[in-house]
Amino acid sequence: MSITTKDVEHVANLARLELTDSEKEQFTEQLNAILKYAEKLNGLDTDGVEPTSHVLPIMNVMRADDNRPSLPIEKVLLNAPDDEDGQFKVPAVLE
Amino acid sequence: MSEPNKYETVIGLEVHVELHTKSKIFCGCSTAFGAPPNTHTCPVCLGHPGVLPVLNRQAVEYAMKAAMALNCQIADISKFDRKNYFYPDSPKAYQISQYDQPIGEHGWIDIEVNGETKRIGITRLHLEEDAGKLTHVEGGYASLVDFNRVGTPLVEIVSEPDIRTPEEAKAYLEKLKAIMQYCDVSDVKMEEGSLRCDANISLRPYGQKEFGTRAELKNMNSFRGVQRGLEYEQFRQAEILDSGGEVVQETRRYDDAAGKSFPMRGKEEAHDYRYFPDPDLVRLHISEAWKESVRATIPELPDARKARYTAEYGLPSYDAEVITSSKKLADFFEESLSYTKDAKAVSNWIMGDLLGYLNSNGLELTDVKITGQGLGEMIGLLEKGTISGKIAKTVFKAMLETGKLPKQIVEEQGLVQISDEGAIAAIVNQIVEANPQSVEDYRAGKEKAIGFLVGQIMKETKGKANPALVNKLLLERLK
Amino acid sequence: MALFDLRLQDVHSKLNNKELSVSDLVGASYARIGETEPAIKAFITLDEENARRQAAELDKQLKEGGERGLLFGLPAGVKDNIVTEGLLTTCASQFLGNYDPIYDATAVRKLKAAQSVTIGKLNMDEFAMGGSNENSSYYPTRNPWNTDYVPGGSSGGSAASVAAGQVYFSLGSDTGGSIRQPAAYCGIVGLKPTYGLVSRFGLVAFASSLDQIGPLTKNVEDSAYVLQAIAGYDERDSTSANVEIPDYVSALTGDVKGLRIGVPKEYLGEGIDPRVKEAVLKALAVYESLGASWEEISLPHTEYAIATYYLLASSEASSNLARFDGVRYGVRADNPSGLIDLYRKSRSQGFGPEVKRRIMLGTYALSSGYYDAYYLKAQKVRTLIKQDFDQAFGKYDLIIGPTAPTPAFRIGEQVGDPLTMYLNDICTIPVSLAGVPAISVPCGSADGLPIGLQIIGKAFDEPTVLRAAHAFEQHTEHHKRRPQL
Repeated sequence: MSITTKDVEHVANLARLELTDSEKEQFTEQLNAILKYAEKLNGLDTDGVEPTSHVLPIMNVMRADDNRPSLPIEKVLLNAPDDEDGQFKVPAVLE
Repeated sequence: MSEPNKYETVIGLEVHVELHTKSKIFCGCSTAFGAPPNTHTCPVCLGHPGVLPVLNRQAVEYAMKAAMALNCQIADISKFDRKNYFYPDSPKAYQISQYDQPIGEHGWIDIEVNGETKRIGITRLHLEEDAGKLTHVEGGYASLVDFNRVGTPLVEIVSEPDIRTPEEAKAYLEKLKAIMQYCDVSDVKMEEGSLRCDANISLRPYGQKEFGTRAELKNMNSFRGVQRGLEYEQFRQAEILDSGGEVVQETRRYDDAAGKSFPMRGKEEAHDYRYFPDPDLVRLHISEAWKESVRATIPELPDARKARYTAEYGLPSYDAEVITSSKKLADFFEESLSYTKDAKAVSNWIMGDLLGYLNSNGLELTDVKITGQGLGEMIGLLEKGTISGKIAKTVFKAMLETGKLPKQIVEEQGLVQISDEGAIAAIVNQIVEANPQSVEDYRAGKEKAIGFLVGQIMKETKGKANPALVNKLLLERLK
Repeated sequence: MALFDLRLQDVHSKLNNKELSVSDLVGASYARIGETEPAIKAFITLDEENARRQAAELDKQLKEGGERGLLFGLPAGVKDNIVTEGLLTTCASQFLGNYDPIYDATAVRKLKAAQSVTIGKLNMDEFAMGGSNENSSYYPTRNPWNTDYVPGGSSGGSAASVAAGQVYFSLGSDTGGSIRQPAAYCGIVGLKPTYGLVSRFGLVAFASSLDQIGPLTKNVEDSAYVLQAIAGYDERDSTSANVEIPDYVSALTGDVKGLRIGVPKEYLGEGIDPRVKEAVLKALAVYESLGASWEEISLPHTEYAIATYYLLASSEASSNLARFDGVRYGVRADNPSGLIDLYRKSRSQGFGPEVKRRIMLGTYALSSGYYDAYYLKAQKVRTLIKQDFDQAFGKYDLIIGPTAPTPAFRIGEQVGDPLTMYLNDICTIPVSLAGVPAISVPCGSADGLPIGLQIIGKAFDEPTVLRAAHAFEQHTEHHKRRPQL
């Protein structure tokens, strides 16, 4: 499997990154090298091997349905790049 | 216009139901509706750097309960996955949802349309978090984001493509809503967004096995809106097919005011949600004991109640269906029966006067003050002859408005029926003498004239005279 | 002897005897920072006013008497990916250049409860992605032993500040070696606890299934003290282990007699600097002389660890870093033409090349059609790697090897070659994937640059790891060497 500049553009779009032409070129090359290196995993037989997403055998971690205090609105908006009427403001969302 | 019955419609519904837990699914913020924007938020639900989710047990149990009530098989092992997409109402840019190990699968519910029962399959029910709310401002050039709703627990219920008409879709939604209500897991208020519905709809010529190309329909804000939206979409797709065109697979927004659907801009981009197991959450192991403890909290569901009402009380199937379609109504019905044995009378009053009043005024049962006890006792007074049917109408209206019990209303307004023969005989005498022409007409064979005389007597007694006695005494007097 | 070279117990007895005040300690910290920071660049943000105010309060408490926290009065540095309320937390990223946190990480709350004094926030590779601190979007931290060399990473600032004597101890985070490797490069002690032992709440996530916070200190005893303060179950972290926390300090008995040590041949094979190998073998001889035994073992899936790690960590990172969208916090790009442009510009301007590279790799590995081939495959190989450790620990109490295959490298030497850079982590990554604890302690030097010995233990067996590290320290002088600055 080899990835093309077009793949890189598609992935950049999914990740909401804007890449310059030279970045596209560089990433195409570097990702290919890394993925080629990762191909060594294909040499391993993993049939019947369970995937590990957690090293610890923990299950059923839950909390009771209790309310905790929410933040004061000043804190909510403390870092907001733009806000209006107690809400976060963004350019229009097209529908 | 397409000729009728040329195409078979295939509909599948995706319904989101908000669970009415006190706190959000992954943090302790309140889920209450209607607070000022962003006042029910914290670092966790705002998706600040470094925060972690901790699952609300009640949300899991509500989801299990809902899944069980929809006859789903409950998973032994369930897990949460991240659904990745950028949108301003999604603070982490991923939604915590369930991908391949949902809480429940392979369920079904029965719906009734045109007197026939049909089973609709439920593919799956999974638990996820709700998104925030966007409001458009500056003439559509900017949007404001309120994260109060983000993190409210939701179950998404996906039906099999078993629905064949918009009417069935509406019946399915009504049944689903009733079941959620009975289980007491959600407020199921479409106007507050606690129940939301998207539909997949396609057409195919009768006899064709493959599904046609489907459109996804969004933004339907009421059950009737769902029905109308699907009807429009059915018509739109039929026209395309008739003209030899091809239906485009797309997401469309239904505008109920315009009665039309429009393709949604910005949604054309093929989604690639890159689901993967959320490493911040651990798996759920749902033991048999846990399942049973949740199952034990499920009350008698609408279908069971309906069956009981027809078998035990002899209600017509349709009446039983209507009464059990709302848990509150069914509870009202049963409360009435603690005060009278006449289930049919209770049912008649509910089907006629009560629902008539509610429907014509666009109200819900909770908007009026009448109680089941009130209706039951009123029927008792009717049986005993304390009040007449006519007075009962007055009493019923007073109960709707005040919630007072019938005895009090009857006393306060002096509505007790006159059953004293002497008193009625005197009034009969008075009316007969005052209306010689009518008496003559009756005696000449004009049966109708008696109606006029009865009317005059009832008028004189303000409707309180026992009608049977009036009839008897009047006929005797005219002999 | 410099103030921060004193043992914790000695610092505390000097405080008791009024020979020393907390203000002295904090003052010494800032004085040392003043002298050395221009050369080292370990900090991104200093919090001097608050730290001095807090020192005065602690001095007042000292006068009044009463119970004191475990780390009372000790000047601490905190890696800049651990969230501190009211104190800028940038993750060394332009994107979070203005981020003023609205809450404290659990580890920070625990430091506060233990009454250490936070001096400032430490430099790192942006979002903890890197092993040299060259990926800081502000400036690279330099190695106190030779400022032409990298301090390692990603907790480079955490390691350099302790090595340079700027703070008494620091907190770092380790995802694939980010505490251990810089500790080795800077000649100090760095502990990566068992996954789940220290809460991740408030640690800005890089790879959630691997990230752990841990201490960087001058000696093993201090490491045990700091671990004691920060370890423990946290109801805010679903992956936090609900285990009883032992007394780590009392585990330091000096006795390693009878300990069985496995030495993976894969950690001493191709690519290892012979000087590093020699230092490790000498360390093993020390253990032998103390009554422990060692033999060569094999962790056969080691060669797959780096590929596995980069697929898993990058995939998780691509999702974890998606929240940096410029809507609620962070630096939003100017004049976006619309919403999607706002996302693209803010993220592209806010993230450096290595972060973008890993987001790209992770997004690709999770994308439709590739999930099974990359992400799922890597999760399965992770199982095999973990099984290697399970099997080894069936027979051995500890696994020992080098922390890194080479000493620190020159700044700029490996830039532009991500794959070579990734291969530096060959000895630390498998440990992270297995989730077990490991410590790096100084065990020698080459051309004046320190070499680290990595001691790896069973899950939650930090007591044995610390005991073995401490015993080694007691019988060697490496940890006493200080860089000349």
